[in-house]
Amino acid sequence: MISEDKIKNIIAEVLGSMATGDQASPSQASPAAEACEELCDLTAVDLKKELQVPEPANREAYLKMKATTPARIGIWRAGPRPLTRSLLRFRADHAVAQDAVFSNVSDEFVESMGMFQITSCCKDKDHFLTRPDLGRKIDDETIATLKEKCKQSPRVQVYIADGLSSTAIETNAKDAYSSILQGLKGHGIETGTPFFLKYGRVPAMDVISEVLTPEVTVLLIGERPGLATGESMSCYMAYKASTTMPEANRTVISNIHKGGTPAVEAGAHIADIVKTMLEQKASGLDLKL
Amino acid sequence: MRLKTKLFGTLYEFKDLNEVMAKANEEKSGDQLAGVAATSVTEMIAAKEVLSEITLKDLRNNPAVPYEIDEVTRIIQDQVNERIYREIQNWTVAEFREWILSHSTTSKDIARISRGLTSEMVAAVAKVMSNMDLIYAAKKIRVTAHCNTTIGEAGTLGFRLQPNHTTDDIDGIRISLFEGLSYGIGDAVIGLNPVNDTVDSVSNVLKMFQEIKETHNIPTQNCVLAHVKTQMDAVKNGAPSDMIFQSIAGSEKGNTAFGLDGAIMAEAQDLMLREGTSTGPNVIYFETGQGSELSSEAHHGVDQVTMEARCYGFAKKYNPFLVNTVVGFIGPEYLYDSKQVTRAGLEDHFMGKLTGVPMGVDACYTNHMKTDQNDIENLAVLLGAAGCTYFMGIPQGDDIMLNYQCTGYHDASSLRELLGLTPVKEFADWLETMGIYENGRLSARAGDASLFIK
Repeated sequence: MISEDKIKNIIAEVLGSMATGDQASPSQASPAAEACEELCDLTAVDLKKELQVPEPANREAYLKMKATTPARIGIWRAGPRPLTRSLLRFRADHAVAQDAVFSNVSDEFVESMGMFQITSCCKDKDHFLTRPDLGRKIDDETIATLKEKCKQSPRVQVYIADGLSSTAIETNAKDAYSSILQGLKGHGIETGTPFFLKYGRVPAMDVISEVLTPEVTVLLIGERPGLATGESMSCYMAYKASTTMPEANRTVISNIHKGGTPAVEAGAHIADIVKTMLEQKASGLDLKL
Repeated sequence: MRLKTKLFGTLYEFKDLNEVMAKANEEKSGDQLAGVAATSVTEMIAAKEVLSEITLKDLRNNPAVPYEIDEVTRIIQDQVNERIYREIQNWTVAEFREWILSHSTTSKDIARISRGLTSEMVAAVAKVMSNMDLIYAAKKIRVTAHCNTTIGEAGTLGFRLQPNHTTDDIDGIRISLFEGLSYGIGDAVIGLNPVNDTVDSVSNVLKMFQEIKETHNIPTQNCVLAHVKTQMDAVKNGAPSDMIFQSIAGSEKGNTAFGLDGAIMAEAQDLMLREGTSTGPNVIYFETGQGSELSSEAHHGVDQVTMEARCYGFAKKYNPFLVNTVVGFIGPEYLYDSKQVTRAGLEDHFMGKLTGVPMGVDACYTNHMKTDQNDIENLAVLLGAAGCTYFMGIPQGDDIMLNYQCTGYHDASSLRELLGLTPVKEFADWLETMGIYENGRLSARAGDASLFIK
């Protein structure tokens, strides 16, 4: 097992390299916060602390109980309808979720990752959302492309898929990927040729693993968004993945985003788990972490 | 049985009744996923034409899933009133549709004929109806039921108070519950979807619901929507429950995936009649939804509308107080967009009413469907006009536990005002007593949950 300190070092290294690159560094976040004073972000309001009922019978108790739930209560009304701000906040929270699902990961993003792109058997986003069976498959031509462009039988194959949130990928995949590579490099573990799978579902990793035959496959994929959270990404890993292996052979790290496990930290953790998988030659329920 | 027709000179031929039934459906992504949908709009209409001339007898004799292999089929077939069935067996689906819509056919006439139907007949007539047909026909059919109060009376629109919480935090549930009451929600049921499906957790929430009901003299019923077996164990341990809930499917295999069968439901009903806290006689609550059979690979190659109708046939056996479809919860691979979810909501409501169950609708959507809150508000107005028994009431329609969106607290009073409806009678009186309603609508103090905090 990798030590806590080592994970911290990897995080520090990756964060350090990010600050010198074209990435937004943590220090650049503060001006945005200051700007909020003159231009308020509707979605930055902490709903748990906001009580809009004008003359509540018991304000103190109301606020105290409101603090126990993220439910949209104490929001008051105009006639029987919600207030305008509540209505717009709800729509904003749904909008980021919708945009995460229905937008595409841009070609520029894939290029900036230094990856090439393949597509599942889905022909567009509508097809992808209504035919999960096809999002799990790739056709023969794509298999040939993979064989031609990728290193065969690497110890670890890392790739990225859009899944149900393009936003999650564009926000987190770069940091997580860099961090995974750095971690694996630190362990002296060789990786294969990375690529991006468009319209991809999780089980496509089994098909891809049968083509490229890595020991461990690592997939970064966008999660189905909740209200106000379009950015959450998951990582699925499996040892010698195949289309016949049980679902329980997958190891999953979910909730990778700035409000959950930050991408860089998650990447270091993933590299650590991959190392353990290689040592134990196992994944999922069979893996002892 | 004629299984072919011609449209614009082209011959359309179907191999069996299941194929006709599937292809007669309006477009649904779930039927496409199952590989049973019509391949063109014209083929869909051809299937509707063929179906319209099929007799009710043919539908009775060709159940979607064979009698021998499926308990749901057996329950549906065995509860048919044979005398009534014999009166209508030679009707075609077209004649049946026109009989339902006729000005001379009353709610009581339909209630009687309902006892001679199988679910395949119910589904078939829905398939040859337009959206406004479904609304008009459903509006005619009154189905009432009694637990502690009476639901489904003409002129009323109920709401389930759904105070879900991400961790079942008792205070968090309580404040959402108070807020719902302050908007006139909760006449159908106060019902929580629990995170923790354990006897202790379910019992604690039921006790809290009971205490609130007693403290404020609220005329309604409570329920915690855990698995039927968990609820039964809680009731056996003395938990105060007015109703037992379960999700059901339209095939035995689907019910097996949900961990139940007819015998378990009969046992649950019997237990509630002996040990439940409610007056009854209706003590069961069911939820359904198009596509659930396909998702558990229990659809037997049958379309999702027919399978859904079979859920209501199964439900009827246990004299439920509430039945609602959770239309839109299952995701875009079954109902893709607002057009599909609207159609499904109207179909399900009509089919439930025609079957004879007190049908409500959870008009909802997930974040990966092509729908938004506007679509669900539209559907609620349409269903309100169709005489829908009840909807869900959730803080601003955002279910923080189940991660989907549906009708909110504000929609209850809005819909009731718009459509000239009131809450369930006893509950409406209580709202006036509490000063939450004044002259039939929200008072100046309504919307303040802290009215209930001492």
